[in-house]
Amino acid sequence: MATTTTPTGRRAAVRGDGTGRRPRTTATGVLTYAAAGCFVLVLLGLLVSVLVQSFATSWHGGWWPDGLTGSWFSQAWADPAYGVRSHLATTFEIGISVVVVSLLAGVPAAYALSRRSFPGKSLVLILLLLPIMLPPLTYATQLSSLIYTVGLGGTLTGVILSNLVPALPFVVLVMMPFVEQVRPDVEQAARVLGAGTLQIFLRVVGPLLLPGVLAASILTLVRVFGAFELTFFVSGPGSESLIVALFGAASNPAGSAPPLVAAMAVCYMGTSLVVFALALAFVNPTQIVSRR
Amino acid sequence: MSAAAPTAGHRTTTAGKPPGRAATRRARFAERGVDRLLLLLVPAVAIIALLFVYPFVYGLLISFSPLKGGAFANYRDFFADPFLRQTIWYTVRLAIPVALVSLLLAVPLAYRLRRDFRGKRAITLVFLLPVTLGSVVLSEGMTTIFAPNGWFNLVLGSVGLGPVSVLYGYWGTFVAAVLGILPLMLLLLIGFFGGIDPALEDAAATLGASRAVRFWRVLFPLVLPGLITALSLGLVEAFAVFPSAVLVGEPGGATHVLSIPIYQAAQQRFDYSAASADATVMVLVEIVVLGALTLVRSRLYRGAAVGGKG
Repeated sequence: MATTTTPTGRRAAVRGDGTGRRPRTTATGVLTYAAAGCFVLVLLGLLVSVLVQSFATSWHGGWWPDGLTGSWFSQAWADPAYGVRSHLATTFEIGISVVVVSLLAGVPAAYALSRRSFPGKSLVLILLLLPIMLPPLTYATQLSSLIYTVGLGGTLTGVILSNLVPALPFVVLVMMPFVEQVRPDVEQAARVLGAGTLQIFLRVVGPLLLPGVLAASILTLVRVFGAFELTFFVSGPGSESLIVALFGAASNPAGSAPPLVAAMAVCYMGTSLVVFALALAFVNPTQIVSRR
Repeated sequence: MSAAAPTAGHRTTTAGKPPGRAATRRARFAERGVDRLLLLLVPAVAIIALLFVYPFVYGLLISFSPLKGGAFANYRDFFADPFLRQTIWYTVRLAIPVALVSLLLAVPLAYRLRRDFRGKRAITLVFLLPVTLGSVVLSEGMTTIFAPNGWFNLVLGSVGLGPVSVLYGYWGTFVAAVLGILPLMLLLLIGFFGGIDPALEDAAATLGASRAVRFWRVLFPLVLPGLITALSLGLVEAFAVFPSAVLVGEPGGATHVLSIPIYQAAQQRFDYSAASADATVMVLVEIVVLGALTLVRSRLYRGAAVGGKG
C-alpha cells in the first residue's frame, strides 16, 4: 500500500516496460488533440469574430473590417427596438425573481431529500431530474399555452413561472451535496443545548449552507440568462429577456445591421461571463453541467 | 431495524388508548422516514407538479381538441401533410449524426482528460463557454466566421482548399449543434472516465495488457453505460434544436425540423392545440429513441467501477 500512495510512484512502479511516466505519442493521440484544437479554434474564433463585428463600421468579408467604431454599442444600448438597457433590466428582474423563489422552495426540499430516505423518494428525484434533462422545447409549448390560458401570457409573472421549471430542480440538486456536508450531529448538539427549530435553522444550518446558497443562486442566474426557449415562448413585448431580443434581432426578416446584432450579442456575452466568473469563485466548473 | 418496528407498535397498541393509536401510526411512519420534515418538500413538488407535470397532461388534452375538425384532426393534419410529416425525418437525419459525431470526438478527448493535471481547469472552462452562452450566440457568431469571405474560408483558402458554404443549410445547423452538444458530452464523459478507479487500469498493465487492450477490454466496457447516457442526452438535445435551425439553417427547407412547426403554430398562428400536438409528436419520437437506448444500456455490465481499498 505504501508504494501506491502517490500517483507518480504507482505509475513508475507499474510501467516496467520502459515507456516511463510520459505517455507515448500515438496516432490516435495526435488525431484527438488535432480535432480538439480545431474545435477550440473555431469556437474562440467565432466568439472573437462577434466581438470584432460589433466594433466594425462595415465588414464585408476579409480578415479585418474596414474601420472601427463604438457607435453600435450606444445605438444598441438605447435604441427603442433593440434596447439592450431595458432588456438587460428585464433579464435581471426575471433572473433574480426566479432565484429567490427557487431558493425558498428548493433549499427546504434539498434539506428534506438529503436528511430522509422515504418510500417514493426516487420518484421525487426523477420528477426533479426530468425538467433538467429534457430540452425546454419539449414542454415549453404546453407550459406556455397553459400560462396564456390563465391570462399570464406575455407578462413578467408568466416568464418567471415558466423559468422556475428547470431552475427549481437545479437548485435542489446543487444544494443536496451541500446539505449532506452539514452533519446532523451539529443540529442535535444545538438542540441539546436548548435551541428551537427556528434558531437551529437561522444560527446553525443557515450559516453553514450559505456558500451553497450563493453557488446555487449564481449558477441559476446564469442559466436563466441563457434560457432561450422557455422565455421565448411565454414572453411578450414588455417581458423579453436579452437573449430573446437578440434572437429577434438576428432572425428579423427585414434584416438588422450585423454589427448592431453583434453589439447586442457582446452585451449578452459580457453579462453572462461576468456572472459566470463570479460563479466559478464558489464552485467547481463541472458542477455547472451537473444539471444533466 | 425494520424488525423492531412492529413490536414497538404492538406494545403501544396494547396500551389500548385511542390517542395512542395516532401516535403509533406516526411512529410507524417515522420508522420508514416519513415525518413532518417531509412537509419541506411540499412547495417544490407542488411547483413542479403544477408547472411541469400538469402542462404535459394539459398539452396532451388540448392537442385532441383542435380549432376545427375531430379529436384527431391535429395529428391527421400532421401526418397527412408531407411537408409536416417529413420534419420527423429531417430531425432524425440531423440529430443522430450530430450526436454520433459529438460522441466520437468527445470520447477520445475525455479519455485523455480523465486524470487530473495542470491546465485541466482551463480546458474545462473553454468547453463550458458554449454550454453557458447557448446556441443563439453560437449561431450569431457562425454567421460571421463562416461567411463566404469570413475567417474560416480565408484560412481554408490560404492552405489551398476551396471555400465551403456552411451557412443557411443542413451543415450550418449541424455545426451549430455539434458546437453546443460536444462540450456537454465531453464534460459528462470526463466525469464518467474519472469515476473509474485508476487501479483497475494499473492492474491490467501489471498483467501485461497493452495500451489498446487496456482501453478496449478494461475502460471501454466500464464506461459504456456512461457513453450511452451521454449519447441519449445529446440526442434529446439535438432533437429539440431550434434557434440554430432558424438562424444558420434553412428553416423552410433542409432544416425544417420538428421544432419549426411547433414554433409556427404557437407563435405565428396562435394555434396552441396544433402546437401541443406537434410537441407531443416530438416527445414520442424522443421516447422511442431513448427507450431503445435504455434497453441497450440495461443489458450492459453495471458492476462497480470504483474499487474499494480491499
